[in-house]
Amino acid sequence: MAGTAVRGRLSWQTATVGPVADETPKVRTLRLDVPDWPGHRAGQHVDIRLTSDDGYQAERAYSIASAPGEPLAITVERLDDGEVSPYLTEEARPGDMLEVRGPIGGYFVWEPGSGGPLLLAAGGSGVVPLRAILRERSRTGSSVPARLLYSSRSWEDVIYSSELDVPPEGVSVIHTLTRSQPPSWKGYARRVDAQMLAEVAWPTADRPLAYVCGPTNFVESVAAGLVGLGYPAGRVKTERFGATGQ
Amino acid sequence: MSPVSRGFRRKREAAPADRVPPGQYVTRDFPVLSAGPTPHTALSKWTFSIDGGREPKSWTWEEFRALPTETLTTDIHCVTRWSKLDTHWEGVSLDVLLGAVEYDAGYVLAFSDGGYTTNVPVADLLGGKAWVAFNYEGAPLGAEHGGPARLLVPHLYFWKSAKWVRRLQLRDTDVPGFWENYGYHIYGDPWREQRYAGD
Repeated sequence: MAGTAVRGRLSWQTATVGPVADETPKVRTLRLDVPDWPGHRAGQHVDIRLTSDDGYQAERAYSIASAPGEPLAITVERLDDGEVSPYLTEEARPGDMLEVRGPIGGYFVWEPGSGGPLLLAAGGSGVVPLRAILRERSRTGSSVPARLLYSSRSWEDVIYSSELDVPPEGVSVIHTLTRSQPPSWKGYARRVDAQMLAEVAWPTADRPLAYVCGPTNFVESVAAGLVGLGYPAGRVKTERFGATGQ
Repeated sequence: MSPVSRGFRRKREAAPADRVPPGQYVTRDFPVLSAGPTPHTALSKWTFSIDGGREPKSWTWEEFRALPTETLTTDIHCVTRWSKLDTHWEGVSLDVLLGAVEYDAGYVLAFSDGGYTTNVPVADLLGGKAWVAFNYEGAPLGAEHGGPARLLVPHLYFWKSAKWVRRLQLRDTDVPGFWENYGYHIYGDPWREQRYAGD
């Protein structure tokens, strides 16, 4: 059947940049229109390839920001010494072309059948695949309770802030702002630690499922903290943004 | 033919093509990529074992560390596209470890603390190509990087260099390990850019 052939390998597909939205001064969401996008699962990522007019190519992997069934979108944080992220966050505009390969990854994935309750822990742009999970939870009408513990440097660095301000029923969002806080801030104002996890994480008796995504030191400390609270290691899925050097 | 991404320009120096496989870039960091929490096994409880041969063989940490070691300088290549050049390691060669067992198997499935597995052909572990490494840059290998000891198979993508390795199972048939089951390539040669199944 046209369009449903099993791909023997993941091939590069041309994508056209659709609408872009600035989430923070350093973070942008880009819709990528791919004519034959095979669909994806919440939590997966894609490879992006850019080609310059002299033929030079650079490839990077980015988490998918949209839920399955929504148009493909990625959210990219600019790394000042990067090569691909400055282009995607500053230069690319609707109509530009790049290449996409994916979706990739079947481990850091949530589907309604995966269960919960869900503990989602995000450090910085680690929130991107977790946002896809929350959107998938809403899109499928899942009633699995979910808590998102989201660590950002400051309120200005919170990605998806307007969306997270009005979470759907059954979802709560707990912010911690590690570097600076608005004057009237009453929330957490420190790095995620064992005490914070003890206050926020579902009790182990609920058989929670945790997804932790962020820079290495964030993931190391949150995952170890959850294991310390009694979460079985197999119920703590992690994805680290090691390559940013954070 | 790839479409040109308008306005995209090279910002990095060209990587030396004889050192850096296609699609990779050089980093000075040592990024960490693991699927779950970092396990911590006390050295007093650590063993390394090989089974599936004529007789199973196992070493305690002290026995393992009494084996002859090698130091080596090598480049490593992660499927997430970073490559790190001239890394320094110390470990026990797989020639030594597999030389301690009799077997007639063509494949190994490696098992790690935390449940991770990965598959490697025996031929890729012999001939000075693979180690169980315990020192990195002159210091004990940190837990987040796979300490106390990890497999080191630098000519394959780095997910084959299983962190926290504890056991090798010798097998007649090749079976996919953890990432291989999630769509990554069964063999993983960076020079042929074997990132995903079918590449």
